[in-house]
Amino acid sequence: MSFYEGEWMKVYLDNASSTMIAPEVVREMLPFLNEMYGSPASLHNLGVLARDALEKARERVSELIGASVGEIHFTSGEAESNNIAIKGFCRANRKKGRHIITTNIEHPSILQSIEALKKEGFEATSVPVNERGIIEPSRIEDALRRDTILVSLMYANHEIGTLHPIEEIGRMLKERGIAFHVDATYAAGRIPVNVDSMEVDLLSLSSHTIHGPKGKGALYIREGTSVEPLMNDGFKGIVLITMDVAGAVGFGRACKIAKERMGDMKRVQKMRDELIKGITEMKETYLNGDGKMRLPDNANFRFIGIEGEALVLSLDAEGIYASTGSACSSKELKASHVLLGLGLSPVEVHGSLRLSLSRYNTMEEVEYVLEKIPPIVGRLREMSPVWREVGRGKGLNEIMKEMSG
Amino acid sequence: MYSKKVMEHFRHPRNMGEMKDPDGIGQAGNPICGDVMTIYIKVKDGRIVDIKFQTFGCAAAIATSSMITELAKGMSLEEAMKITRADVADELGGLPPIKMHCSNLAAEALHKAIEDYRRKHSL
Repeated sequence: MSFYEGEWMKVYLDNASSTMIAPEVVREMLPFLNEMYGSPASLHNLGVLARDALEKARERVSELIGASVGEIHFTSGEAESNNIAIKGFCRANRKKGRHIITTNIEHPSILQSIEALKKEGFEATSVPVNERGIIEPSRIEDALRRDTILVSLMYANHEIGTLHPIEEIGRMLKERGIAFHVDATYAAGRIPVNVDSMEVDLLSLSSHTIHGPKGKGALYIREGTSVEPLMNDGFKGIVLITMDVAGAVGFGRACKIAKERMGDMKRVQKMRDELIKGITEMKETYLNGDGKMRLPDNANFRFIGIEGEALVLSLDAEGIYASTGSACSSKELKASHVLLGLGLSPVEVHGSLRLSLSRYNTMEEVEYVLEKIPPIVGRLREMSPVWREVGRGKGLNEIMKEMSG
Repeated sequence: MYSKKVMEHFRHPRNMGEMKDPDGIGQAGNPICGDVMTIYIKVKDGRIVDIKFQTFGCAAAIATSSMITELAKGMSLEEAMKITRADVADELGGLPPIKMHCSNLAAEALHKAIEDYRRKHSL
């Protein structure tokens, strides 16, 4: 959806951070924020209505990923799902082994959960991806030990949109009897996700990245998989019982729409490709990550010589909303570990820009963005001592050496 | 996150650009960290008669370098050497704590430009 206000537009290209809640989703949630406020645990009719709505939502989530209804557990989102999947599974299976494998570009909640387990006697191997952001299955195979119990990866990367060869890795792990956790948050609704063809045992999903409400997600746990609960509510479940029926209903409707409207991604991909073509035409401007094995809605670029926060705020002034992996833009002043993991230098990472589309964007918006970006980049480059040195024919390594005092 | 004045200097920086034949050049920061500032000065009779900056960095970095050139222009070298990061941050209406190091770099680049001038003129 674009809001045309006078001379300029508001163009939302930060769908990887969060998405607009679909209008149909809001409508379906409303009764559960108004008159349908019963607890799903109650015996009376208001409770039954709530419980039925919850189960319908659960069914819709299961249908998006080809799972059985009973295997879907509602959580508060991607991070919680990842925590339960990794910590809960490993703790429940510690007798079988203590070794976990992941890569160097996965979501912080995955990496930090694994770090936490190290304090409990687990060991981890972080396998490096190639310079296109993709993990080679042979590298995972080489890292396997007799005591490896879990491999945890994202299907699609949140920053650069690249795709790991999940099905191939899943088959390899199934043969060896090693559990596979996949964070499908950014893949869901954009490309087909199926727990059987992927051979996964645990899968994380998030609502607010697929036009559902914030604060909801799901964890798929294949039947027969042992997972210890992280929190207790007095019941026997692995995950806390959901009282947030409205959120679950919203998430369920979002999953239904995502499944039905997956075809929209063809149009989204065309817009993505227009952005990639137009932007990489600029001098010293490149796409980060593999050109083909990527989501239809995500493109992350590096603009040599300028800094990402300045770029994002300049775009913001023109009504264009995006994000960056630069150190200055993060709370901890750390450059994106994903972009560094591709082997890019810090200077290149600081000049990164992530554009993530949705079905609600239009080609008119894409053209507006392609019109606005070059003068903004030109202004920041004119201002930049790094770009000045690039103009004098120096390479980045030389510039970094000279300017590091 | 940023004050109105910071955003104003970020959107419309003063004294931005390269200087031909500067009397002094100072550089601070590190591209690896994400902030580099170059300050050029022209000096006449012990005063900064012209000053320019170039910055690779975030909005705070651009705003602090712009602000320090505005403060230093017309000052004597002694006065300009006394400008602190706090002066820059205060003139901008304050900076978020994690961005204070940008004002530090601006002051450092200016002081280095003055020292460069003095070295070249054996003062």
